Amino acid sequence: MTADSDSPQAPARKVRPRKGGLWPWLHRMGAPATFFAASQRWLPWLWALAIMALVAGSVWGLAFAPADYQQGNSFRIIYVHVPAAILAQSCFMLLAVCALIFLVWKIKLADMVATAAAPVGALMTALALFSGSVWGIPTWGTWWIWDARLTSMLIQLFLYLGVIVLRGSFASRDSGSRAASILALVGMVNIPIIKYSVDWWSTLHQPATFTLSEAPPMPASMWIPLLMMVIGFYALFGALVLMRTRVEVLRRESRKQWVRDLLSPSSRARPDAAVVATEGDKS
Amino acid sequence: MPSQPASDEVRSAPPLLAVVALGCERDERWLFEGLDLSLHAGEILQVEGPNGSGKTTLLKILSGQFHDYEGEVLWRGQPTSRVRDDFLGSLLYLGHQPGIKGTLTALENLAWYQALGGQPQAKVEARRELAWAALDAVGLAGFEDMPAQQLSAGQQRRIALARLHLTPRRLWVLDEPFTAIDRDGVQALEALLLAHAQRGGSVVMTTHHRFSQASRLRRLCLGAKEGEKAEQGSEQGSEQGVGGKDTASTQGASA
Amino acid sequence: MNHELLTALPEAPPTSSLAGAFKATLARDLRQALRRRSELINPLVFFALVITLFPLGISPDKALLATLAPGLLWVAALLATLLSLDGLFRQDLEDGSLEQLLLTPQPLPLLVLAKVAGHWLLTGLPLALMAPLLGVMLGLPSGAFGVLIASLALGSMSLSLIGAIGAALTVGLRRGGVLLSLIILPLYIPVLIFGAGAVQSAVNGMPSLAHLAILGAMLALALLLAPLAIAAGLRLSING
Repeated sequence: MTADSDSPQAPARKVRPRKGGLWPWLHRMGAPATFFAASQRWLPWLWALAIMALVAGSVWGLAFAPADYQQGNSFRIIYVHVPAAILAQSCFMLLAVCALIFLVWKIKLADMVATAAAPVGALMTALALFSGSVWGIPTWGTWWIWDARLTSMLIQLFLYLGVIVLRGSFASRDSGSRAASILALVGMVNIPIIKYSVDWWSTLHQPATFTLSEAPPMPASMWIPLLMMVIGFYALFGALVLMRTRVEVLRRESRKQWVRDLLSPSSRARPDAAVVATEGDKS
Repeated sequence: MPSQPASDEVRSAPPLLAVVALGCERDERWLFEGLDLSLHAGEILQVEGPNGSGKTTLLKILSGQFHDYEGEVLWRGQPTSRVRDDFLGSLLYLGHQPGIKGTLTALENLAWYQALGGQPQAKVEARRELAWAALDAVGLAGFEDMPAQQLSAGQQRRIALARLHLTPRRLWVLDEPFTAIDRDGVQALEALLLAHAQRGGSVVMTTHHRFSQASRLRRLCLGAKEGEKAEQGSEQGSEQGVGGKDTASTQGASA
Repeated sequence: MNHELLTALPEAPPTSSLAGAFKATLARDLRQALRRRSELINPLVFFALVITLFPLGISPDKALLATLAPGLLWVAALLATLLSLDGLFRQDLEDGSLEQLLLTPQPLPLLVLAKVAGHWLLTGLPLALMAPLLGVMLGLPSGAFGVLIASLALGSMSLSLIGAIGAALTVGLRRGGVLLSLIILPLYIPVLIFGAGAVQSAVNGMPSLAHLAILGAMLALALLLAPLAIAAGLRLSING
């Protein structure tokens, strides 16, 4: 009983605005209207970061980084493959976290983010698969090899497709959201099991000489551009998901007053209209 | 939330089932909003409304099957989620489908429900006897050992209705219980519902059936207009429309 | 109809036993299946048919088939299980007994275990027992039969549990069958790897206890988590 807010006389409401921190902030952001207004401010920064990191990283990685002593120039595809593969895994984690938030706390925005993120994650997985198989030509002399990394990636693509298709199969969007959330959580539990099973299976059948993931220790001139590419991919992913989430918010809330206010001609001129509408809507 | 009821009166008789500011939004469309109602022991609540007004959804919420709602559903003054076992143990729900397996006989179908619902009689023989008597009560004596798929739709519904006789449950939630029942059956079911109310039980049901005798009857009209609702309570049954069978006249009466 | 049976209402609802409800649900499913025997043998016939396709599609060469046998048997058994899953909850949903199951005071995750156990007894176990017969046709060494039965019996329990998640999620959809395969097959991969691996190492004359132990561990995990997902899936499916 040390904090003021614990005393029975002090109304909790008065204390709340002074408390900063992540949790109240997240709580405010859970309201679609607030999120819509705030994300508009975040987007330019994300795009700027994405473009800068991607341009700098790819110019450095493709033109200036030294060639690998074993694989020559073909190793440079890691500047696309590794970030895409990392994103593919992160995005599924995001789906699972959103699913948990949606199922437990019933925050619809989390589901909107998951809806927006799933196709982007599937795209990243496909990109990782494609770049991996392109890398296979100079390395293994074939487009496809049942390498552990590529196989798990393929299975992950199927998991993404399952979540996306399941969501779309329900006549009621709410049911589709719940179903996709449950499947995302089930998939998240399974991903490590699948990954270790496939790794084990792969070592049993063909000890691979090269893998893209476990590259030998790299000099800084190789991994710094890689790091930049990873940051760039994350920023690009964030920007894409944010944009898609904003569209999803508008689509789902199209009957709400704040969206109508936003879209009416008189308020279109003012960028802060959404913020104003939020206060009115949330009463 | 006050843990202590304000007065003795409230403490002695909280409504059996109460709904506070209930709202249900499905796919960004409000089926109903701000619904308040309380059902005391011995009352029958008849939920009416045009197709798509959310009658079945309301019944699913009241029977604890559907959880995506705002507001609260209280069982004897406590949120149903907190007294789930007590609530579900006192509830008997009959939905659109009778819940009867075609390959099983009437007795076998009832035996499953007896096992699920905790028939106090542990002895198999005693349970069988009870199930047999319940089937007799709905006019299915002689059909008890026939696979249900060989019976008519109405007879299959009667097997489901036999459950009303089978286990003493305080709250009955019935979705269109008069469907596929013949005229004699309708009268008997009506008498059964009133007898249940008389012994202190409660009923919530959707039906367009008009009760011939309307004591203990209350009516709730959903979706009379877009976004509007009207509750109608009539202890004396003054609002019963004997001739009015369609929903239009019901709405007219409630407006 | 008369209402002489209406006894006084008890103050407290009758207590019901979980074991009784579990047993009754399992017995009900088994009894129903025994009365519709033609549906019971569908997965078995499918299993045999798929195995027949492989020699015709690949080669009747005995040595080649013997090498492929562990994988072929496992893949075919897995597909047969998958095929039977679509009907696991569908009838219950259509005749309304699923909502009654959901309305019992007993914990739903444990009650759905009765449904899953019934499914395994009616498909997984018969498939496992039938597998050696098809193994003979593929030239599988007879020394591996024991491990084949054990791995299929153990693995198909996990398959039933994981598959029931998909069945619960898609039961409300009109054409859930194809979708069910799409969402469930990726989750089956670990079971397939270790199940077929067990038989393979038995064929190679190596101990396969480690594989079976891993299958057992997967089963333990599935037993722990799958019922929760199945229950959640059913709760959303009854509301369309």
